[in-house]
Amino acid sequence: MRIPVSWLAEHLELAEDTSAETLAEAFVRIGLEVEEVTHLSTVRGPLVVGRVAEIEELTEFKKPIRYCRVEVGGTPDAPDSRNIICGATNFSEGALVVVALPGTVLPGEFEITARKTYGRRSEGMICSTKELGVGEDHDGILVLPPGSADPGTDATGVVGLDDAVIELAITPDRGYCFSVRGLARELSNALDVPYRDPAARSVPVEERSSRTVEIRDASACSRFVFRRVSGVDPTAPTPWWMRRRLALAGIRSLSLAVDVTNYVMLELGQPLHAWDAAKLAGDVVVRRATAGEKLTTLDGVERVLDPDDVVICDDSGPVSLAGVMGGATTEIGADSHDVLLEAANWDPASIARAIRRHKLPSEAGKRFERGVDPAVAPVATERAAQLLARFGDGTIEAGRTDVGEPSAPAPVTMPLALPDKVAGVHYERGVTARRLNQIGCGIEVSTSDSGVGLVTATPPSWRPDLTQPADLVEEVLRLEGYHTIPSVLPSAPGGRGLEETQLRRRAVSRALAHDGYVEVLPFPFTGQDTLDKLGLADDDPRRRTLSVLNGLETERSVLASTLLPGLLETLQRNVARGQRDLALFHLGQVVLAEEEPPEVPEVGVTERPSDEQIAALHAALPAQPTHVAAVLAGRREQPGWWGKGRDASWADAIQAARTVAEAAGVELTIAADDLAPWHPGRCARFQVGETVVGYAGELHPKVVEALGLPKRTCAMELDLDAVPLTDERPAPQVSAYPPVLLDVALVVDESVPASDLAEVVRSGGGALLEDVRLFDVYAGERVGAGKKSLAFALRLRAPDRTLTQDEAIEARDAAIDAAKKHFDATLRA
Amino acid sequence: MSGANDPYDPKEVVALAPETLERAVDDARKAFAAAADLEELTAAKPAHLGERSPVLTARREIGALPPKARAEAGKRVNETREAIQSDFDQRRAALQAERDERVLREEAVDVTLPWERVPAGARHPMTQLIERISDTFVGMGWEVAEGPELETEWFNFDALNFGKDHPARTMQDTFHVAPEGSGLVLRTHTSPVQVRSLLERELPVYVVCPGRTFRTDELDSTHTPVFHQVEGLAVDKGLTMAHLKGTLDAFARAMFGEDSTTRLRPSFFPFTEPSAELDVWFPEKKGGAGWVEWGGCGMVNPNVLRACGVDPEVHSGFAFGMGLERTLQFRNGIPDMRDMVEGDVRFTRAFGIGA
Repeated sequence: MRIPVSWLAEHLELAEDTSAETLAEAFVRIGLEVEEVTHLSTVRGPLVVGRVAEIEELTEFKKPIRYCRVEVGGTPDAPDSRNIICGATNFSEGALVVVALPGTVLPGEFEITARKTYGRRSEGMICSTKELGVGEDHDGILVLPPGSADPGTDATGVVGLDDAVIELAITPDRGYCFSVRGLARELSNALDVPYRDPAARSVPVEERSSRTVEIRDASACSRFVFRRVSGVDPTAPTPWWMRRRLALAGIRSLSLAVDVTNYVMLELGQPLHAWDAAKLAGDVVVRRATAGEKLTTLDGVERVLDPDDVVICDDSGPVSLAGVMGGATTEIGADSHDVLLEAANWDPASIARAIRRHKLPSEAGKRFERGVDPAVAPVATERAAQLLARFGDGTIEAGRTDVGEPSAPAPVTMPLALPDKVAGVHYERGVTARRLNQIGCGIEVSTSDSGVGLVTATPPSWRPDLTQPADLVEEVLRLEGYHTIPSVLPSAPGGRGLEETQLRRRAVSRALAHDGYVEVLPFPFTGQDTLDKLGLADDDPRRRTLSVLNGLETERSVLASTLLPGLLETLQRNVARGQRDLALFHLGQVVLAEEEPPEVPEVGVTERPSDEQIAALHAALPAQPTHVAAVLAGRREQPGWWGKGRDASWADAIQAARTVAEAAGVELTIAADDLAPWHPGRCARFQVGETVVGYAGELHPKVVEALGLPKRTCAMELDLDAVPLTDERPAPQVSAYPPVLLDVALVVDESVPASDLAEVVRSGGGALLEDVRLFDVYAGERVGAGKKSLAFALRLRAPDRTLTQDEAIEARDAAIDAAKKHFDATLRA
Repeated sequence: MSGANDPYDPKEVVALAPETLERAVDDARKAFAAAADLEELTAAKPAHLGERSPVLTARREIGALPPKARAEAGKRVNETREAIQSDFDQRRAALQAERDERVLREEAVDVTLPWERVPAGARHPMTQLIERISDTFVGMGWEVAEGPELETEWFNFDALNFGKDHPARTMQDTFHVAPEGSGLVLRTHTSPVQVRSLLERELPVYVVCPGRTFRTDELDSTHTPVFHQVEGLAVDKGLTMAHLKGTLDAFARAMFGEDSTTRLRPSFFPFTEPSAELDVWFPEKKGGAGWVEWGGCGMVNPNVLRACGVDPEVHSGFAFGMGLERTLQFRNGIPDMRDMVEGDVRFTRAFGIGA
């Protein structure tokens, strides 16, 4: 909402030197957000009021040119005159105009000089509102009302160039602040200065109605007022001061009738509609639309109406989409002499829905959806009728339609001391009642049965937002000022610290970072094509996705079911920027849709939902487990003075999973698997117990190609939520006796997984076998085709004595026997 | 020292003459000093401390002296031997020290050589900021609560007192989940976690809820459709707006230093009443200390408490929330928000792993 300061000041008794900044600060202090304060005065130099004394029409040019003698000072007997060339024709001799004398600098650093033009010497310029920066009119010059100033007067004040415009962002609860009326009232409260309510106008009693109106749906319309002005001159110009104010408020001037409705809307907050009474056929009906009904609105668009839309109808059917946009057939035009002014009160929720449905935001709409003061409708029509009659040379016709039953805000009772209790402040006695009275509430103070002082506030008609004690409390607090609220640190009860899952996430992210991975936070949006390129099977659970309706990029509206698309995209971005050796990780939620998602239940908000309702709300959401994933490309180890480098490989990806598991305090069981997007021979599946928790390995070459990734890109993804939380790990029994170290090399079929063989050796070795470590893998001639040799270092130790060599060998042989039994292993010769 | 009645051949005891012994010490010292290294010193040792050395020869001749003179001569010989041994030990220690020093000097390396075998990892500054904020509140006895990013409208809007058709609901630029009318949205703020906390936890509740949030803003230098917020919620008996202010001030000091403080301006949010915009005094603001818009806050709207089964007549609460990208932007001087979302490793590495 943009509003000129002069307009606000008209309704306030402000000190002479009150600056726009002072007003802006006052607005901010009481809760109105100021976006910008703009000072108009960008004109420098001798800008004066002039009186056109003589006009000489020059006819030798293509367009009419006037050579004017303009009085710009002196005395009536001895006027100081200048000769000025002017291209406009909208004035006559005697007109008061604004003259920029040589030396004046107009907006845009346009400096006026005396110069020769059209064969004459021009000693200045007669200005239009556009040239002065106070309007849009460039066709004609600005003609001031007769007698408004003497020639030679500094025009800055006369034209309002010393004005400023304050732009405010009005919060959704304060519809009344979309008006000079509301904003001036706020300033009056903030600055404690007297206020004149622009709506405090007498409205004459009228016996008959202007036109019969029937409200068929009272839930849609609570009041409807018509007032008729006849004999209006449709060509009558809008007075320049009104155009100026509209322009400063950001509203274009269209015609007198439309300008008047907009002007009154800005002044009083009541949107008005001007009908061409001659085009409105018969009685008027307000109702909901029927499905399929059509209406061509003012913008020329034919709209199919929804049964929820509120329409105004005449004998021809719907002629206006109520509160949103008028219809084309009854529009005010160049031949409209008979104007019917409408002011109504529409149901805010209905208007809000219609605005969204038809995508028609408007000045009227944003007021109606926040709520308009129902008491102001007759005042607004009266004010508009008077302005239209005066400047359009029309006649206000007897009669007024005023139907409907607006409801008044209900009284709210609260303890007088509630504001003190909420703020933690001891306000002075009487503050609560005074402040509530100031905002327009009717006040009654009483005492409860238990002796507590109570205040009953009846909110004014323009404050439908005041419905509960907390609303009244806010009014008192904001007017007293939030700066009076002290700073007191509450003492929370002892907390339980971070949760296990939170601690684990930190441990995991630190472990990966210490291992050389860089954390990234990609967006969770992806596309079906990416899932295709990943080669996911049709029945892969990661194919069950949800999408957003209004994604910023339509091809990326799928909510990611895996962290890999985001990570791989980030990898590519880094590659494109010249990074080659990359190790990235991401910890975040994914969305795994249900095959048949349950519906979201309808749940109220007036009380705690039942346990069943809460369970149903939770069930309506898809699973969103926290995953951790990593991708690698390029070299994992750099070459340097220390030796050779090493390319990242499947083994690093698998190791990343082990790093996560170690940080989480669990042991992973690793097995070969074949799952997209991994290489079928280089894919590991991880389990904790029976639960599969993730996969890692090298990506499938086709995936690498389809996504344009660096060769041999590797990846790991774990469902961290599926990894069970470990209890405090039991303390081991640490033996102080010396160990016996033995090596054993076992030859097995090449298909035997090393981890399986190690596990068999471990369990076969019994309690004395403290540790088994694989230290060599060999495949080749010496062990025969299809075979491999796995060499293990065994560490054996007894808890209670020094182990003898014989005991150790016995345990080792047991381990070998187990390997023989399970995998047909032989000792390598 | 031989007396007139000395029955021994004076020639046989010349080795015990004081001059001889003094010379032996002198000779030994010179010889040891002349040894350039431990090998030469070892080689020089037998001539001065060995069986045939003057001092041991002298000791063997003590027996030839009359008994009365033996004690004195023995003492003299021992002193001489100790002197020579001491010279030897000193020289050996010196040569050993010289050798040790040389060996260590020869083993010296260039300690400035780089070791970038595995390039450094790092954690995103957002993660580090969230942990820091969480720790700040845990230190005050609060807990850290979390919730899902995909939410029902009931948690994201309804329970937070956003009327079905109220303009406040459309101001949030929501990502809606297909199909139309699914009732699911990407959470537009972390405030639904307030509702979850009140439904799940015993009163009193003091929680902060950091997390990822979504609004349909195009990505540019100051906006991102996916961003992070931290929400705070306290519901207890007797909480006032002064407690809100006190908590925010403590938070500001923890984040921006002891000189920081906060300022409240009245505003509107459906889920708080009274509501306020929150500015923080940032001592290191670019161009000089000043106020920076930081977030929103207020006293929990009684309608929200009721929807969560909390009696507003008995309990009251306050809530606050702020955008963390913005916090990082001014706290760490990050000019372009895109740096925080694009995942360029050069950006993130600058922040290290964090405490």
